[in-house]
Amino acid sequence: MVNNIKARLVRDVFFKSAICLFAFISLLPLFLILYYITKNGIAVINWDFLTSLPRPIGETGGGVFNAIVGTLILIVLSSVLSIPCGIAAGIYLAENKTGRLSNSIRLSVIVLQGTPSIVIGIIAYLWIVGPLKSFSALSGGIALAIMMLPVIVKTTEETLKLVPYHLKEASLALGVPYYRTLLKVVLPSGMSGILTGILLSVARITGETAPLLFTAFGNQFMNINIFKPIDSLPYRIFYYAMSPYPEWHSFAWGASFVLVVLTLSLNLIARGISAKWKIQF
Amino acid sequence: MENTVLTVEGFSACFGDQKILHNVDLTVQKNVVAALMGPSGCGKTTLIRCINRMHELIPGASVSGKMSLLNEDIYAMQPIILRRKVGMVFQKPNPFPTMSIYENVVAGYKLNGIKMPKSEMDGIVEQSLRKAALWNEVKDTLHRKGTFLSGGQQQRLCIARALAMNPEIILFDEPTSALDPKSTAQIEELFVELKKSVTMLLVTHNIGQAARVSDFTAFIYLGKLIEFGPTEKMFTVPKDKLTEEYLTGKFG
Amino acid sequence: MLQDRIKGLKKEIIEYGVFVEDMIAKSMNGLMNRVKTPLAEVIDIMEPLTNEREIRIDDLCTTTIAQYQPRARDLRVVLMIFKMNSDLERMGDHVANIADSGLFLISHSPVKPLIDIPRMADETIKSLSDAISSFIDENAALAQEVCERDYIIDAIQDQIFRELVTFMSSDPTTIERALHLIRIANNLERVADLSTNICEDVIFMVEGRVIKHHLEERA
Repeated sequence: MVNNIKARLVRDVFFKSAICLFAFISLLPLFLILYYITKNGIAVINWDFLTSLPRPIGETGGGVFNAIVGTLILIVLSSVLSIPCGIAAGIYLAENKTGRLSNSIRLSVIVLQGTPSIVIGIIAYLWIVGPLKSFSALSGGIALAIMMLPVIVKTTEETLKLVPYHLKEASLALGVPYYRTLLKVVLPSGMSGILTGILLSVARITGETAPLLFTAFGNQFMNINIFKPIDSLPYRIFYYAMSPYPEWHSFAWGASFVLVVLTLSLNLIARGISAKWKIQF
Repeated sequence: MENTVLTVEGFSACFGDQKILHNVDLTVQKNVVAALMGPSGCGKTTLIRCINRMHELIPGASVSGKMSLLNEDIYAMQPIILRRKVGMVFQKPNPFPTMSIYENVVAGYKLNGIKMPKSEMDGIVEQSLRKAALWNEVKDTLHRKGTFLSGGQQQRLCIARALAMNPEIILFDEPTSALDPKSTAQIEELFVELKKSVTMLLVTHNIGQAARVSDFTAFIYLGKLIEFGPTEKMFTVPKDKLTEEYLTGKFG
Repeated sequence: MLQDRIKGLKKEIIEYGVFVEDMIAKSMNGLMNRVKTPLAEVIDIMEPLTNEREIRIDDLCTTTIAQYQPRARDLRVVLMIFKMNSDLERMGDHVANIADSGLFLISHSPVKPLIDIPRMADETIKSLSDAISSFIDENAALAQEVCERDYIIDAIQDQIFRELVTFMSSDPTTIERALHLIRIANNLERVADLSTNICEDVIFMVEGRVIKHHLEERA
């Protein structure tokens, strides 16, 4: 009996330590990545790096200003394209839980989510770059918008499903028309969830490179015309890292650092919003 | 009759093939509390949901028969106009979580986009909260969220929200079943007070509550209106044997 | 809600008690001054009114219990009023008997000057009015006092009985009138007795203690 209890206690301790160990192992890569990027990237980060354009090989200095601006333009473009569609689809799904259209939308969202980003890039290339006969920020934005869409649709649907039915009833019972009930009661109640979803999807596309290769293409000059090729941080990293020059390699680390800080802060803001604006029903 | 607020004649309601209400007749006079009691699933909630036409929002729902509010056919009116004249308070307190106490009271105006001067709106808020016996508790925190209030206070806020629209009749769907005894007692006292200015229809499965607060009681069983009459009479000498059995706890 | 109902009930029953007191006073007034009007009023108008009142209060008590399910003290109060109501109705009947005998007596010459009967009536009215006061003020001490004072009324009744027996045995023509006087005395005694019943109920209402039938002494 006593032995038995002892054996159990030992097993207990063993399993507890095993769980801690594996949890630590799974966190390790994240910390290593952050460590390397910070170690190698922080050295090249300075005001000049953030605010100047890439220079041709042979000249010292240069930076990623056009890539940062390009990334921001791509984010704005893709958000403008995907948010209205995504939220609308999410509302539709939340309001029509069954039905042919809902089921097919749900299926397409899943399929879209599983589509490799490079394939989306090729599609955008065929649809936009081909007919317009030029790589462009617009085509990049569309490719990224397609990637954002499933995340926004899903989070909108899930959040709105959590809005209790009795709130909608309360509004309808006051004689509020259906569309006003949706806009003024249901949507505001799910706002924090929807915003969180949007920020997470932005964080996700910020780091995408593959779809941009055939669409936004990259540009070492400053460009704000959305019908012309545009630079972006992931593309710049790719470009610098593929080069044979050690100085450019360190630039790639620096750009990576900027990118990681950007996505990390987007994630943190999203968490903050969902915690702070969370509505208790 | 001059004093009649609501009349229900030969009214039936269905979900798909399932008949929920059979041929119900009911007349409710002005400034009374009428209680609808009966075992769970007897159709009492469906009946009041037919009065503000919330029943038809459920897919497969249908109705037949006649209902009129102040001699106006309910089923010939625009639902959104009807629902502004018929207030409703639900089982679970449901203030809008995105709105302050103040905004919740005037939600009926705000959500419908009805504009009015601020002074008038302030007046409506104060008057409605006073009627709902909530003013003294919240007058200093009008701009806090309504969801910070206790359950009983939230329910009184919902009553104030219904009162703010100046309805002809307010429907209560088991308004105290989610509340503690003290909040329940407060709301029951409120009914007696509110009777002076508004007609109320109260669905309850609490026999005691029907007895305490109502002037008239209807007993509904299996979708049929078994008996309707003055509460005093019904609780001392009910006419129908089924009512007698229900009141003495033989079933239900 | 319940408290309002109980308040209303109390008001009704107090008015009822005062009304019965008034009936006794009126009958005595008619008897002593040998006038018919107050006696006829007691029989023809007031007694039927007591019956109406009884039914109304009965109804109010029943619906109060049915609708509000009073508990503890509230229940004791409602039950007390319910019993007081039937006591008062009985008293009304007794007073009508008194007025009835009074009508006979004033149409005949008096047997003797009435001394003990008005004294007894005064004591009875006092018992009843104290019983009602003890109910209004929820004063158990006063109620107790009324119960203890009951022997005075019994003593006067015995005294009247003995005196009238001597009248009847000396002069048989007085028998009918003397019997009517005895009937008045008996009915007054019943009224006083019912007043002590009310007092016992007051003690139960206030303290929850049963003093009826000397239960406590026996225990």
